[in-house]
Amino acid sequence: MNLATRIDLNDVSSFPSRRVEQWKYTDVRRYLREVPAAAERIDVEVDGGPFRALCTNEYQTFGNGRTHEGDNLLKGFGRKGLTVRPDAPLLDAIRFVSDSAFGGWQASLGYTVGPNDHVVLLESYEGRAGAYIANAAINFVVLEGGRLDRIVLADDTAEAISISRADVTLSEGSEFNQTILTTGAKLQRFETNVTHPGHGATVRADGLYALTGDRHADLTSIVTHAGPDGQTSQLIKGVVRDTARGVFQGKIVVERGADGTDARMGHHALILSDRGEVDAKPELIIYADDVQCAHGNTVGNLDESALFYMQQRGLSAEEARALLTRAFLFEVVDRIEHEGAREEVRTWLMESS
Amino acid sequence: MLSISNFHVSVADTPILKGLTLDVPAGEVHAIMGPNGAGKSTLGYAVSGRPGYEATEGTVTWRGEDLLGLDPAERAAKGVFLSFQYPIEIPGVPALTFVRTALNAQKRARGEAEVSAPEFLKQVKAASKALKMDFDMLKRPLNVGFSGGEKKRMEILQMALLEPSLLILDETDSGLDIDALRIVADGVNALRGPERSMLVITHYQRLLDYIKPDKVHVLAAGKIVASGGPELAHQLEAEGYDKYLPVAA
Repeated sequence: MNLATRIDLNDVSSFPSRRVEQWKYTDVRRYLREVPAAAERIDVEVDGGPFRALCTNEYQTFGNGRTHEGDNLLKGFGRKGLTVRPDAPLLDAIRFVSDSAFGGWQASLGYTVGPNDHVVLLESYEGRAGAYIANAAINFVVLEGGRLDRIVLADDTAEAISISRADVTLSEGSEFNQTILTTGAKLQRFETNVTHPGHGATVRADGLYALTGDRHADLTSIVTHAGPDGQTSQLIKGVVRDTARGVFQGKIVVERGADGTDARMGHHALILSDRGEVDAKPELIIYADDVQCAHGNTVGNLDESALFYMQQRGLSAEEARALLTRAFLFEVVDRIEHEGAREEVRTWLMESS
Repeated sequence: MLSISNFHVSVADTPILKGLTLDVPAGEVHAIMGPNGAGKSTLGYAVSGRPGYEATEGTVTWRGEDLLGLDPAERAAKGVFLSFQYPIEIPGVPALTFVRTALNAQKRARGEAEVSAPEFLKQVKAASKALKMDFDMLKRPLNVGFSGGEKKRMEILQMALLEPSLLILDETDSGLDIDALRIVADGVNALRGPERSMLVITHYQRLLDYIKPDKVHVLAAGKIVASGGPELAHQLEAEGYDKYLPVAA
């Protein structure tokens, strides 16, 4: 099923339409009917990006899908890649910089966290200009006892189509923590597929979308618990304004034999306009008997009594709304453990929401 | 002076206040007492500008300025402060951040200089000490997980820092034990002054043993039906509100 929906920009038949259940809210074919031209070469400073102050280790930068070695990855999808095996707690960065009027690029890489290693991976999608088509795929492997904290900041342009997919394979006793923060694009999707072995492995798969104009963001995740005693928690929050559209599809599968699984999923969204839209599809599919699973989903507006209370104390309606909205979103940011990364993300969110 | 004249207020097209007239001169504390459903909380909300509380007739002026044309934040900047019967929890916004944001918003609206962080901290420390509040509590999200008494102290703390000139206390005694009541009342009394007016809304006489009013008004069925000195509160405590209900009906 996963392979069938893997997008290759060189193959129109791989572009999913809304007839594919997993893509029904993010209809790629509606916006993309033919193979795009390969995006041109661009110059990208190697140590820029939103996390430049933090990164201490590997820095992999892609400019329109090309590494600094100059590969054009639109033609070589799936063959080029990068494998990092840090041997101490480190901060890594991967940057995908896009700048093209209508060209496409795709990039794929592998990323492995060694046994008992701990990496904070700072991943950024930086859209400079244009109606580019971006397609990134990363294969993560976290070996026994390893820990990967993946923090994604996505700043695509309002005209872009941007698809990012992560496949995550965990091992016993490993840990995967993810926080995706995005302002959307014309059509944008972040998909995370996690194979969860259980046996003490833990997953946190959080996300946040803050959308204006007619932007679209889709946060989709599938976490499959294959073995016993695994934990998953997920908190997704979103704010949509204007005619923007937020999509959350969260699926947690607990396979037969995955007893002792503890899985919790929450998605909460604010719609701050008459024509904004949020589509949410939380799914828990449970084949094991002895599990604890819960999900909560709310879509609403800001609390009127809180708004009045704040205005009564002197805040303008606008200030009160902004403060409440940020406070709502910050709950996701507060779950980022690494302090430096958390503060960078907080600053980014103050500027973006 | 707060001057309310022939004030009519509807909530969802249902008339609640029906021609309320009341003057509170500068420096005075007036108590509003009345049975449940008389419109006491509506009065507080309507004077402070809560959306949904529609003034259909009459006037409300504070220091000669019309309040009804102003939004809630503008009224706050003019000195109006409503202490809520049930203070609202604001998740994710630390109490300190909130109060400082509010204070500076009011100062900006009045064209005054904003207060600096160190100066603000100094003021908060002094004010929280007077109210016997744990300073660390102020780093927590506003009112979230606070007990009833802590929330009321938080209201008084905000009052002390924002220094409003027109104070409306809506059932400030509800949910307070006797020790907390005394602390809260001391906090309120410390704010009494020749330039400030206070409207103390309460169902019970008890609070008025601690905050001594200059005048007591009985609000029933949307109107002031009786006014008198502090002795009126004792009379109400002894006799109940029954005798005012036929008058209002």
